[in-house]
Amino acid sequence: MASALLESLIGEAATGVPAARRAAANALLRDGLPGARDEAWKYTSLRALEQRHYVDGDCGAAVRAIDFDALVMPGSAAARVVFVNGIYRADFSTVQALEGLEVGRLGERPADLAIALHARAPAADPDGFARLNSVLAQDGPLLRVAAGARIEAPAHLVFVGSAAADDVAWQLRALIELGAGASLRVIEHHVGASANAHMGNLVARYTLAAGARLDLLQVQDAADTLSLIRRSEFRLEHDALLSMHTIEVGAQLMRHDLVVDLAGNGARFTSRGVFALRGRQHADTHMVVTHNARDTACDIVWRGVADERARGVFHGAITVAEGADGADAQLSNKNLLLSPHAEIDTQPVLEIYADEVKAAHGATVGQLDERALFYLRSRGIPLDLARRILVGAFCGAVLADIAPAELRAHIDALLAARLPQAETLP
Amino acid sequence: MLKIENLHVRVAGKEILKGVSLDVKAGEMHAIMGPNGAGKSTLGNVLAGREGYEVTHGTVEYNGANLLELEPEERAAAGVFLAFQYPVEIPGVNNTYFLRAALNAQRKRRGETELDSMQFLKRVREKLAVLQLKDELLHRAVNEGFSGGEKKRNEIFQMALLEPKLAILDETDSGLDIDALKMVADGVNAMRDPARAFLVITHYQRLLDYIVPDFVHVLADGRIVESGDKNLALKLEEHGYAWIAERRVLGHSRAGAA
Repeated sequence: MASALLESLIGEAATGVPAARRAAANALLRDGLPGARDEAWKYTSLRALEQRHYVDGDCGAAVRAIDFDALVMPGSAAARVVFVNGIYRADFSTVQALEGLEVGRLGERPADLAIALHARAPAADPDGFARLNSVLAQDGPLLRVAAGARIEAPAHLVFVGSAAADDVAWQLRALIELGAGASLRVIEHHVGASANAHMGNLVARYTLAAGARLDLLQVQDAADTLSLIRRSEFRLEHDALLSMHTIEVGAQLMRHDLVVDLAGNGARFTSRGVFALRGRQHADTHMVVTHNARDTACDIVWRGVADERARGVFHGAITVAEGADGADAQLSNKNLLLSPHAEIDTQPVLEIYADEVKAAHGATVGQLDERALFYLRSRGIPLDLARRILVGAFCGAVLADIAPAELRAHIDALLAARLPQAETLP
Repeated sequence: MLKIENLHVRVAGKEILKGVSLDVKAGEMHAIMGPNGAGKSTLGNVLAGREGYEVTHGTVEYNGANLLELEPEERAAAGVFLAFQYPVEIPGVNNTYFLRAALNAQRKRRGETELDSMQFLKRVREKLAVLQLKDELLHRAVNEGFSGGEKKRNEIFQMALLEPKLAILDETDSGLDIDALKMVADGVNAMRDPARAFLVITHYQRLLDYIVPDFVHVLADGRIVESGDKNLALKLEEHGYAWIAERRVLGHSRAGAA
C-alpha cells in the first residue's frame, strides 16, 4: 500500500502520463519508498515523512516576492539558474549563452529533459525517491560546456525555499555535461526560509568527458522545515577530474546520495565535506564511489559535527572493480559529538576486486579535546568561545582550499552561525 | 597575593596533595622543587582550574578572593597564568588569532578596551623580540609542529603578552637545551616586577641558576617538607631528593620521641 506521501503526490496522475513515467509510477506504487529493511536507509527513518500530504508544485512560486539579492553567494557568476519551491524564476536567472557554455532549463528543452530522465530505464532507478523524481520531474537546470571550453566564473544553480499556501513538494532534474577537455565551476546552492513543511527532490546527472574538469561547491543551507532528498550522479571518462566541496548545515531531514563512477582510466575524484547539525536535524550522506578503470583515484575527507539531538550519518563506500588496477582510494571521516543526545553513525566500506591497489580508510567519532579546551580557557578564552574555536577549526580542515577568499568567508560565516552556542552546553 | 592553606587534592580517586600550605606575596619568586610524582604539576593545574582535580580540603585565596570558585578563564582574567609542562597542539587555530582572542577576552572581562589588530601586532612584535621567536610562528597553528623548545618559549611569549600577576611555570625547563633555557630565563627575568609573583615548578636546580628564587620549597609525597632560600636548591643538587626523605624520617622519629 502506498503511503500518504505517495498517494498525495501521484494518486491517479500515474495513468495519464507517458509510458516510461508510468512504469516508474507503477514501480513506485508497488515498492514504495525505502524502508528500515533497506540497508542503504537503515539510519534514516522516513516514517514521519510518509505520513505527510504534499501538494505537487507551488503554483504561487512563479510570482512570489523574494529578496533574492540577500540569498546569492558572493562573487561573479557566468550564469544563474534559479528555482523557487521547484518553479523556475526567469527574473532571478541569468541564462545568456556564453562562448562554449549552454545554459537553460529542461522544462523548455524536451530533448534534454528526455536525456536527463531516461539515461537510465526508470525501472532501474535505485530507490523510491529517484522513481518519484522520474514520474514527476518536468524541469531543472541545464549546463553544457563545449569540448575544450574553459569557463572561468562559476555557474550558480540556486534552489530557494519560500513560504507557500500549502505544504509543497517539488521534483527537479539537473543535467550538467562537460565536453572533452572542458572545465567548469558550479555552485549548487540550497537556501531559503519557510514556515511550511516542504519537500524537495533533486536528481542531478553530471557527465565529464575525457580530460574535463569540474569544480563543484554544494552549499546546503536550506530552511529547517525542508525535507531535502538529493541524488548527485557523476560519470567521469578518462583523465577527467571532479573536485568537490560539500557543506550541509540546513534542512530538517537531509538525504544526499553521491554516486561517482570513475569510468575512464586516470579519472580522479576529490571530495571535501562537512555537516554541522543541531536541534533535531537529521542528515544522511551516502557516498558510493566505484573505480571502474585503471589508475583512477579518489580522495575523500569529511567532517561531521552534531549538537543537541541532531543525528548525522556518513556512509562512504568505495569499490575497486576487477581490472581497475593501480587505483588509489583514500577515505577519512572524523566526527564530533557536542551533546550526549546527539548521534553520528559513520560507515566506511572498502571493497577491492583488483590487484595493485592503494587504499586506506578511517573513521572516528569523538568529543572535543578536553586538554585543548582547558588550554584555551587557561588563557582567558571563555568556554563557549573556546568550543566554537575548536569546532570551527575541526570543520575548517576541509574548507582550506575553497577560493576566492570572499566565498570562503561566506561559508565560514554560514558554519559559524550553525555552530553550537553557549546555551547548548551540557 | 596567593595564600594556600592545608590544600588536599584528589585526582581520579587518589589523594595527590595532602595538605599544602604556601604564602606568596607580590614581587616574590618561589621555586617548588621535588621528585617525580610529588604532586608539583597537580599544584599548578589546580591553581589554573583544570577539571578532574578535586579539592577535598583546604583553601586558596588569591588577592582576597576564593580562587577555587573561579572558572579557568576568570582566573586568567584575574591575572593567573600557567605555563604548561606539555603545551597542547591545536590544529587549525591560528596562533595570532588565538593570542588576540585570549588577550581581548581577558581585557573585556576586566572592563578594559579591546586592542585592534594594529595595537595588538605592535605588542606582539615587542614581546617576540625578547624571546627571539620568529614572526613565522605567529602564522602557524597553536603549537602545531613546534619543536619542544619552541613550545616552551611560546608559553613564555604568551606570558609576556598577557602580563599576568601570578605566573606559574610548570617544568618549563624540562627538555630545553642550555640556549633555550637562557632565553626562557631572560624572558622570565624581564618580567620580574614588584607587582608580579612567580611560582616556578622544577625538577632540576639548573633553571634556578638563571632565575634566582627568593624562596625554595620542596614538595614530596603531597606536602611541602622543607622551605628555605636559594641555598636549599643547591643543597638538593648536592645531596639529591633522598636527603629530604632521610630528613623527613628523622623529623618523624623526633616527633614520635616528643
